[in-house]
This record gives sequence, structure tokens and C-alpha cells, in this order.
Amino acid sequence: MEGFESLHSILKGIEVRKERKESKGELTFKSLDLRNITKRFPGVLANDNISLNFKAGEIHALLGENGAGKTTLMNILYGIYHPDSGEIYINDQKVDIRSPRDAIAYGIGMVHQHFMLVQTHTVGENIALGFKDSPFVMPTREISKKIGDFCDTFGLKVDPNAKIWQLSAGEQQRAEIIKALLRGAKVLILDEPTSVLTPQEAEELFQIFKRMAESGNCIIFITHKLEEVFKISDRVTVLRQGKVIATTETGKTDKATLARMMVGRDISFEVQKKDIPVGEKLLEVNNLFVRGDMGNTVVKNISFSIHRNEIFGIAGVSGNGQRELVEAITGLRKVEKGTVKILDKETQNKNPRDIGELGVSHIPEERLRFGIVPNLPVYENVILRDYYRPPFSGFLTLNINYIKEYSKEVVERFSVMTPSVETTVKLLSGGNIQRLIIGREILSRPDVIIAAHPTYGLDIAATDFVKKLLLQKREEGSAILLVSEDLEEILQLSDTVGVMFMGEFTGIVKPRETSMEDMGLMMAGSKKWA
Amino acid sequence: MNFVSYITSILERALVAGTPLLLATVGEILTERSGIMNLGLEGLMAIGAVTSLGVILGTENLFLGVLTAIAVGGLMSTIHAFISINLRGRQILSGLAISMLGLGLSGLLGRRYVGIPLPVYFEPIKIPYLSRIPILGEAVFTQNAFFYISVALTIIIWYILFRTKWGITIRSVGENPLAADALGVNVTKVRYICTIIGGCLAGLAGAQLSLGYIHLWIEGMVGGRGWIAIALTIFSTWNPLRAFLGSYLFGGVYALQFQLQGIGISPNILLMLPYISTLVALLVTSGATSRKRIGAPSSLGEPFIKGEK
Amino acid sequence: MMNFKVEKRVETSRFLYIFYIGALILGMLAASLFFSVRGINPLFALSKIFMGAFGSALGIRETIAKSIPLMLCATGLIIAFRGKFWNIGAEGQLLIGAMFATWIGLRFGASHGPLFVIPLMFLSGFAGGALWGIIPAVLKVKFGVNEVIATIMLNYIASNLIQYLVYGPWKGKTHYGFPYTDDFAPSARLPLIPGTRIHYYTLIIAILLAIATYFFINRVKYGYEIKVTGENPEAARYSGMNFLKITIITLILSGGFAGIAGVGEVAGIHFHLTYPDQISAGYGFTAIIIAWLSRLNPLLAIFVSFFFGGILVGGDVIQTSFGLPAATINIFNSLILIFVLMGTFFMEYRVSFAKE
Repeated sequence: MEGFESLHSILKGIEVRKERKESKGELTFKSLDLRNITKRFPGVLANDNISLNFKAGEIHALLGENGAGKTTLMNILYGIYHPDSGEIYINDQKVDIRSPRDAIAYGIGMVHQHFMLVQTHTVGENIALGFKDSPFVMPTREISKKIGDFCDTFGLKVDPNAKIWQLSAGEQQRAEIIKALLRGAKVLILDEPTSVLTPQEAEELFQIFKRMAESGNCIIFITHKLEEVFKISDRVTVLRQGKVIATTETGKTDKATLARMMVGRDISFEVQKKDIPVGEKLLEVNNLFVRGDMGNTVVKNISFSIHRNEIFGIAGVSGNGQRELVEAITGLRKVEKGTVKILDKETQNKNPRDIGELGVSHIPEERLRFGIVPNLPVYENVILRDYYRPPFSGFLTLNINYIKEYSKEVVERFSVMTPSVETTVKLLSGGNIQRLIIGREILSRPDVIIAAHPTYGLDIAATDFVKKLLLQKREEGSAILLVSEDLEEILQLSDTVGVMFMGEFTGIVKPRETSMEDMGLMMAGSKKWA
Repeated sequence: MNFVSYITSILERALVAGTPLLLATVGEILTERSGIMNLGLEGLMAIGAVTSLGVILGTENLFLGVLTAIAVGGLMSTIHAFISINLRGRQILSGLAISMLGLGLSGLLGRRYVGIPLPVYFEPIKIPYLSRIPILGEAVFTQNAFFYISVALTIIIWYILFRTKWGITIRSVGENPLAADALGVNVTKVRYICTIIGGCLAGLAGAQLSLGYIHLWIEGMVGGRGWIAIALTIFSTWNPLRAFLGSYLFGGVYALQFQLQGIGISPNILLMLPYISTLVALLVTSGATSRKRIGAPSSLGEPFIKGEK
Repeated sequence: MMNFKVEKRVETSRFLYIFYIGALILGMLAASLFFSVRGINPLFALSKIFMGAFGSALGIRETIAKSIPLMLCATGLIIAFRGKFWNIGAEGQLLIGAMFATWIGLRFGASHGPLFVIPLMFLSGFAGGALWGIIPAVLKVKFGVNEVIATIMLNYIASNLIQYLVYGPWKGKTHYGFPYTDDFAPSARLPLIPGTRIHYYTLIIAILLAIATYFFINRVKYGYEIKVTGENPEAARYSGMNFLKITIITLILSGGFAGIAGVGEVAGIHFHLTYPDQISAGYGFTAIIIAWLSRLNPLLAIFVSFFFGGILVGGDVIQTSFGLPAATINIFNSLILIFVLMGTFFMEYRVSFAKE
């Protein structure tokens, strides 16, 4: 038990004996093996005969592109999916993990990329959920005490009585980690844990990883960022198209090798961006205030302007008012105070359609939720924003022939891979859906392009396509607003960057004159003005 | 009749008339808190009313009658649970089907009982001392067993939902079944249990109608009470304690209906009263709740699909 | 050990309608089992239903007559359901349509010719149903009121309103003791195919509207808007669609069609307004099942309505011959719906057995 004594001493608030008796992994955790795991989804082979080994005390990075099968594999380990074939061994004993309940009993915990938290409940209620050691009556009271004890030792601070929706993404993540550790997790899986954090918060998280690994735990974290792999992991496994390409000690490899393994070919990290002078001012936002869903002001006094041939990037951890800002500019949300001017016309509180008619494209975040109608065919999605006007329709009827021809043009020009324009959109891949949305938007409204997280969840080829297209549009004279959580992308593409924190700009800077550290500090709230 | 006894009798009637609404509403609150919307209450109440009455006409055993209503309500809601949970069917349509099935079966089974008065029924129970308090005591503490049971059940269910671990589990399953599942909670089981208990309570509400309130069976007797209970679930923002208010308020509408008949308003106009009140109640609450999203379980009516992309 | 494996079907094929037909048969069989409770041989009851509905010229004539209101209501519901507006109120909309037409029929029937009165009755019936449909539309979009409950409450209100009228102010002088209005004058009566109760004007309107609705959904701007708001309201908002306008258009059509059905019943069958159960034998509810079974395709609904018209006629036959209550038909409808919902699952998901 030596390996675990330190952890258990940390968990002093917990009844240690009870915990041991109930968990099936009573022995010291040494290793975990996945053998020949195969998982097929309709039309996709997500995991193809994967064998992998994890050891106690290591930090193991699972590297791969979007769609490489990393999350599926971890969901299998956590009992959410069942493999079509393959076996799991803990300490060389075969185990049968049929549900998360089993996984938890074997000491496996998982922090999903989209947190598995009940938004309307408190942290305490979320932790008490399904937790054996919480009392039947008034369970949260007891849990609060335990969280308190626990926070002190690990530096994982979180208020047990706060409702989840009131917390920042970083705090929510801490709640998730505590949830797993309180249940006695010895293997902790984290899916893209840094995607919601500032660089500094990510650094703190890595320190916690180190402490946990030192006390004998195994940390598995999924990522597609090479920097993180080198910064923190002991070993790294690369997945591509559902297959393990290699597992290696991180110290014995380099960035280029891993990148090649991840993508399957050599890739350049360079994006060609020409120096061109900016043109006339197309979009101007002045002292804008916007309220969020809960009625509180979440965009505070934001001002900026974008010219032709310019990309204005908005960086920041998501949830700091970016979504509401974009919705206010595109007419989806009421403006509380301030003005939005597009082509010198005031457009605050105008209908999305009127704003679209001024030449404003909107590539929305959560493209499946906002951008398309999944159950309708491609051609009916192409006209989503234009169906009401000629030449797409007459007084009453849709010009189906014209619409189909036009859709074919969008599909061809933006290389949307689809069997035909009659295909239901939900059958297309994420990358192709994004090409479809971008094509639809900028083909008929190229002046101002509002792009919210345009590369989120796309594979490298599609990401590349989107980036190049935005730069091309910049050269052709578009004014582009780019909102992204991907700092690298923001810095690569933008001419000017505004950093948002708690609804305010903490800085408006030029990418070339700013370091990553400064960006991180601004994302965490320190103000800096260039 | 003097004014005090007039008020007392209206209050007493309001409580009697509110009791079936309370039972059905609280059952629906439990069901909906777990994420399942059961629109079958109308039918479940009808079948509960008929079967309990039938059993009593055969056995003269009140207890057996009530038990039958509860069992049948639970059994029929199992169909809804199966379609909604296992088959991921449209809960609105499934609930509607249960409603129709209950109405159809109660019509078929109840044909021979129509209008037959009960040989035994639930007598009012006077609580010593308390029942002597003027107005309030006289109305509240002279009710039959259904009233006391419904009050107790409401408080128990409230306590379970908001003060126990079970409550956290149920509410989590209704809000975010994925999160509950990821912590090893058996979402299917929780939803089945809540849907079945909700159905049992609707059956019990039906038994109250025939055994403790109207004392016989007529087709169409439930008269939309099942639907009103669904409206009351929204009205009470999915909180059993607030269901007291809604149920007795509507009980009051029924009592008023009866009183107003005495002053010569057409009964057909008066019969509209509960339905119009329902629309008004929803109008008042829906705006506020949908704006702030109070209470409504986030995954209400949506099937939980596990292990799929 | 056997394991179920459930996967969503990528494409649904026409072949899968076999599950619906199976569901239909199973539902009927299950419903007929309940007759054994009353000591009636289920298969005998079933054959009686089918022979009654489809086994004779008389039966088929009645079946067609009953399918008219079903077709109209179902077509209307298809429009609403496409927009995910759960209109359970076709029953009430039908009744209000009947009420409006009755007023026109009684007011102008004696003094004007059919060329004036009949179109006016259809228009007013449409308007009445539409009006009854607009109420829940506004309540939902403006105030967030659940449309299922609102439409059901409006059914009860409509039913009580009709009862109030026929027992009270509109009670006719000619029908002693019965809650009927006076009979319509000949020019307010729809012509029938001789020897039947088929008021063919309404039948033609019903079929034309079903076909028109098919084009409306697939070729008309408003149909497109209804589909988009129904499938993904967020995308509709993003496109700048006006929910209130779209929902009102939806319910004008949905309620209006049901209202026309009401016109057909009073002007083509009864020739007077009477109590609600007489005017509509639950057509509004049966139509929900028809709409669903047609997979919200109005062209299919024409044929499915005919089948359900048969069930209603056959239901009448066994009710009278075995002395069953009118509610019996609910058992058929509900069990068919239950099995159809089960069939939907097998249409949308592939279930395989994996051996371990």
C-alpha cells in the first residue's frame, strides 16, 4: 500500500477503511492494460485493435487529431462505451468494465472535455451524486466538509455551495477532479483538460498532475497540442485513424516526429500571411454592454473597429462574454447599451436578417446547434439565410431548380464532400458541415465575416482549409472578426487581438509585439494596453 | 346558512376537490424531475377510478380497491416508461396513447358499474381537538383518509427530492443524465422507478375520485383533471410544496363552480371554469418560469442515449 | 450470453414500412384481446370490424364518409407537427369550425342560395378553426405556454361552448327535447353522392388540401420556415425567422383544416349542430395517429385516413352489436399508437444480437 499511503493521508476526511473494503482494486495499483480494443460506430472504425499500457506514477499523454479515436478509447476504459472486442487488465488481472460504476470501483476516474456536471446544482450536490460515502439524509452537508479538507491539501479550491453555472470553466474542472479523486481514482483520465484554461491555469493544473503522479496515481490526458506533451508527460501514445501509431518515452522523441505520426505526413506550421494596408472601416463597436442568459451584464464596455483587409481576433477563455458579444453584433441578442455600426449604419438590436443583408456573414459556434438543420438536405441548408429573397424564391414558392444549382456551386467551390445536394446534412462529417456553412455565408455576404471558433473540432486538413480561406478573404477585402480559444490560431491569423476577460477587454495588442505569457496574463485579467 | 359555515364548506370542498389534483401533480412532479414527461395522467386516473370501484363492488374491501388502483396505475405507466426509456419514443405521443388507453379501458370495464353507488366508502376522519378549530380546523381536519395520505405523500416526496441522496440522483438524472451515468447512476432504473411511482399516484388520484369524492363511476368523470395536473406541475415549478397551493386553488375553482350553479349561471359555462383557469394559470407562470428556467428539468422529454455517438 | 446492440440507422428505407404494417396488425390484435374480457371472441370481433368497414358497398361508403374529417384533421396536424407544434386540439378546432358554419347556415340558409351559403360556410368554418388554433400559437410563442395542455384545455372549452349553445340559446324549436339547433335549409346543406353520406365537396377539398400541403411543405417559403423552426429553432433564429408569424401561419392552416372538417360534419352529415360527441367521434385524436403513421407525409395520410375511417365504421358496428361503450374505439386507437411508436423504434434503430 506504500504508493497509496500518501494519497490516503491526503484524503484525511474520508473513511479510509470503508473505501478500501468497497473498491474492488484493494491491491496497490501497478498497471493498466488495454488489449486489442476494437470499437465500431455506424460507418466509422473508431478504435482498431488498440493495445496500450499505463503504469502507476506516470503522466501519459494520448496524442492525436480530432477523430483519431482518443476519446472513444477512454470512454471504453471508463465504461461508457462497450468495445466490440478486446480486453482490459488491471495489475495483469482481467477486468470487466461494463459501466462507469465498474470503472469507479476499479479506481478509474474521468474528467470529460464537456464537463459531466449538473449546471443547476451546487458543487456539493454534483459530488454527492451517486457517491457511496455520502449520507442518505442531507448529503451535501457532509460533502462540503470533505471538500474543504480536500481542497486544503491539494490546492484545488472550489466553493461547495456554489452552483455550477456560476463557476468559471477552471473551477468547474476542479470540481470534476475532486469528484473523481474523492471516489478513490487511481487512474485519472482527462480529455483536453487545458482547452478551457488560461496558460497560467494550465500550468497550475500540471503542477497538480505532478503531485498526483508522485503519489502513485496514473494520469492519462488526451490532447492534440504538442507543447503540452513535452511540458508534462512521461510517455506519449500517438493515435491516428483509430490505430496506435507509437508509444514512446517523451524524452526520446521530438516535436516533428510526433507531428508526423499524428498527421501521417510532414506538415508545416507556417501560415502565409501577406502584409497589406487596411481599407475603409466596416464594423465599429462602441461602448457595448450586453446581458447574458441569467440577466447579468456579461459584455462590459467593449469598443473596437475592423477595416477591410483586417482580421480582428478576440482571444480569451470561453465564457468571458465572447458568445454574447458575437450574438449582439449579429442581431441574435439584445444590446443593453452602446452602438454597433456596420458600413456606417447603426445595427444594434436589429434583426439577424437585416444585419445579414448589410453583408455580414456569421459562422456560428456550435455549428450543429445553430448553423444547420441536421435533418434537412444540403440544398435546404444552403438557403437557410437566403431562402426568402430572389433569386432563391419568388413571392410564395422556392425556386428549387435554382437552389439546387446554387448549392452545387457552393459544394464545388468549397470542396464539401457529399454524395449529392439531396443528402441529409447530418450524414456529413464535421469538417464538411463547416465548409458548407462557410461557403453559404461568405459566398453571398463577403464584406464582414464574423467567425466564432471556426476551426473548433476540425481535423488538420479542414483547419488548414478554414485558416487559408480566412486569409484569402482578408486579402480580397473582407473585414473579419475571429473569435477563438486557440491562442496559436488567433496569433497566426489576426492583425489585431483583443483579449476578453469577464466581459471586458484586458488588452488590445498586435500579435507580433506580444508574448504568450502576456497573452496568458491578460486572459487571466491583468490589463495591458499596447 | 351563515357566512362562517359557508366559508367552511367551500374550503372543505376545495380540499376534497384539490386532493386528486395534488396526488396526480406530485406524482407527475416526481416523474418529470427524472426527465420523463407522462401525459397519460387522464387515462391513469380514469382506470384507477374504475378498477378500484369495481374491486370494491366485488369485495367491499376498501383497502383492496385502493391497492388495485395504485397497481394498475403503476402497471400502465410501465408501458409509457418502456416506450420513452427503452424505445426512445416520442413521450408526448406515448403519453397521449396511455391517456386514450385508460379512457377506452375504463369505458369498457366501467360499463357495468355506471351509476352504481358505493356500498362502502371512505368516511371522514375527525382529528380530535384540531377539528374543532373554527373554519380552518373544521375544513382541514374532518377530511377522509385520501386527504391525509396525499398531504403526507407530498411532504415525503418533497423531502426525498430536496433533502436526500435519492433526490440528488433523481434531479440529476432529469437535468443531465449523461453526468449521472458517468458517475455510475443507472439512469434507466431511476427513470423507470419515478415513472411507475408517478403512475401509481395517478391511479391513487383516480381512486380518490370514485371512492372518496364522487362515490360512483360515470364515463368522462375525470373530466380533464389529469391534464390540469400536468398544468399544475408547471404551475408549481416542479416543487411538491408549491403543488399544495396550485391543487387547492383549483380545488377552490371546482368548489366555486358548484356554488355558482346556485345563482343561476348555465352549468355549461361553469364547466369551462377549470379549463379557463388552467390557461390563465399557465399564462401567469409560464412566462416567468421560461424566462428564468425555474425548476424545469433540462432533459425533460428527451430520451437518454447511452454509448452512442 | 446474449446482448442487445442498438444502433441508429444511417438511412431509412421504404422497406422499413413493414414495421408500421406489423405494428398496425399487432395493435389491432392486442386491442381485440380486450374483447375477451367481455366474453367476445377477439378474432370474431376483428373480422366483424373489417367486414363492417370494407366488406360491403355500404361499409365502404360509410368508411369514405368517415375518412373525410380524418383526412382534413390529419393534414392540418401534419403541418403543425412538422413545425414541432404539438397541436392536440384538432378536436376543438373542428367543433368551433362546425359552430361557425352553423351560424352561417342558420342565418343565411333560408334567405340565400347555395352558391353564396356553401362557400361562406366553408370559409367561416376555416376561420373558426383557425381562430381556435391561433390562441395556443400566441400563448406558446408570446408567453411560453405549453401547447399540449393549451390545446387540450381549448378542446374542453369548445366542447362546453357547443353544449351551452345547443342546450341554450341555439336550441332549435323543431327538435322537441333534443339538444339540437334547427335543421339547415336546403341551400346550407352539402350535396351527397346519392345513396350515401359522402358529402363529396368536402372530400374533394380534403384530397386537394392534402396534395397542396405536400407542395406547401416542400416548395413554399412558409413551409420551409415551418420545417426549419420545427427541426432546429436555434437555426431559425440565426436565420432571422419570425417565430410568431410562422407559428400563427402554421396554426391558421392546422386549425383551419380541422374547422373545414367541422363544416363537413354539420353541413354534410347532421344538418344541424348537436352535442360534441355526435359531431366528432374523436376525429381530432384519431388524426394524430394518422399523421404519425403517415410519417408526416400528407399524400400518405389520404390512404391512412381511409383505413382509420374503416376502423371507426367497424368500431360502430361492434359497438352496436355487442353493446359496447363509445370509448371502445379509444382502445383501438391507443394500442395502434403504442405499437406504432414501438415500430418507429425499429425503423430508426437497428437492433442486433451480439453473442458473448
